[in-house]
Amino acid sequence: MTKQHANWSPYDNNGGTCVAIAGSDYCVIAADTRMSTGYSILSRDYSKIHKLADKAVLSSSGFQADVKALQKVLKSRHLIYQHQHNKQMSCPAMAQLLSNTLYFKRFFPYYAFNVLGGLDEEGKGCVFTYDAVGSYERVGYGAQGSGSTLIMPFLDNQLKSPSPLLLPKQDSNTPLSEAEAVDLVKTVFASATERDIYTGDKLEIMILKADGIKTELMDLRKD
Amino acid sequence: MTFTIPIENGDAVKIAEAESQRTLYPYVTGTSIVAIKYKDGVLMASDMGGSYGSTLRYKNIERMKAIGKHSLLGASGEISDFQEILRYLDELTLNDNMWDDGNSLGPKEIHNYLTRVMYNRRNKFNPLWNTLVLGGVKNGKSYLGMVSMIGVSFEDDHVATGFGNHLARPILRDEWHADLSFEDGVKLLEKCMRVLLYRDRSAINKLQIAKITEEGVTVSQPYSLKTFWEFSSFHNPTASAEGSW
Repeated sequence: MTKQHANWSPYDNNGGTCVAIAGSDYCVIAADTRMSTGYSILSRDYSKIHKLADKAVLSSSGFQADVKALQKVLKSRHLIYQHQHNKQMSCPAMAQLLSNTLYFKRFFPYYAFNVLGGLDEEGKGCVFTYDAVGSYERVGYGAQGSGSTLIMPFLDNQLKSPSPLLLPKQDSNTPLSEAEAVDLVKTVFASATERDIYTGDKLEIMILKADGIKTELMDLRKD
Repeated sequence: MTFTIPIENGDAVKIAEAESQRTLYPYVTGTSIVAIKYKDGVLMASDMGGSYGSTLRYKNIERMKAIGKHSLLGASGEISDFQEILRYLDELTLNDNMWDDGNSLGPKEIHNYLTRVMYNRRNKFNPLWNTLVLGGVKNGKSYLGMVSMIGVSFEDDHVATGFGNHLARPILRDEWHADLSFEDGVKLLEKCMRVLLYRDRSAINKLQIAKITEEGVTVSQPYSLKTFWEFSSFHNPTASAEGSW
């Protein structure tokens, strides 16, 4: 008796692209609002960005049900942390928690491609980029999702940061102003929308600074 | 499920029976559900068919049910799994009632509960083979959402399952607007259901339209749509292609 195989997949890719850029005292996190399945669009207005803590904002694309479950786990762990430590989690702490949470399901992974953005303990912008099973590193900018292959090379060209292998360690954050970074994000998404069928509809941009979070919405092509 | 297994390997019997407890494929299925928000709440339409593969086995299945005071659930996919979900929701609403605190579960809560149930079953590789549509009104706010069998969920102003996603959604994207009147909403849904009737082979011409407002749920009596088959190209379909069918 051969093992019976399921004729359905527990995973689906609901598409979408996420980008984050770290500045000297700000962090820009952006994602499109299209949710798809196969060649159909399910929703043109689905947010992929979620605030986990005052200084940590998560943007994830991939399999939406796993992304939702991942956010619930992180939200509840953050609440427990706040009860135990009487303060909010810092972005680097949240980064480690996210990595551990992802690896916990190493053998039935969350199909979620994450970019975590925020401000570190010194008030400088920080971006962490992940794969589906939790391997992560701190970077100056990151892109994940269906449009990441189109966006990342362009960001490398515009924001090239010094090698992380250099000593003494150099700052990987961009010297660009907040307005310039937001403009760059709008440009890359408009371009990715042209060629990636899973990216489009609307662009949601969150700008994190020490005094609070601002959100901006921009229209993208709907085709 | 029963298997005939060679007796030489006695253990195979036990292992196979243990393996067979998971859902592998659906048996009796319902086709699309289409739903829209309108001025006073939510309108939902479904036909009353239950197919057994390519056989139209059941023609009187109600695929939309009221849940509690504020919600309406419509399901496509495996009918027995839908009935199981109704049992889960019965238990949920009963416990909610027993608190007797004047509070009642709204559509957002039911939608969240269903999403968790579907996702957890998917995690155990034993899915409930349904795509669910949850609509409702509470405290004047309308709500409309959808959950798939692997736990993908979202809300929108209009949703449709199965074939409806491909055929009805484009019509809704073009013609839906906020504050539709009841008559306009029904006309829009009927337009979608007619297209599905023409093009979805598992659809039947016996449909119900359900309405949910602040006052509650009403499910219409079953009725059928007028269809037109007298297009000239249907009369002699092979006129321009001799030998084809």
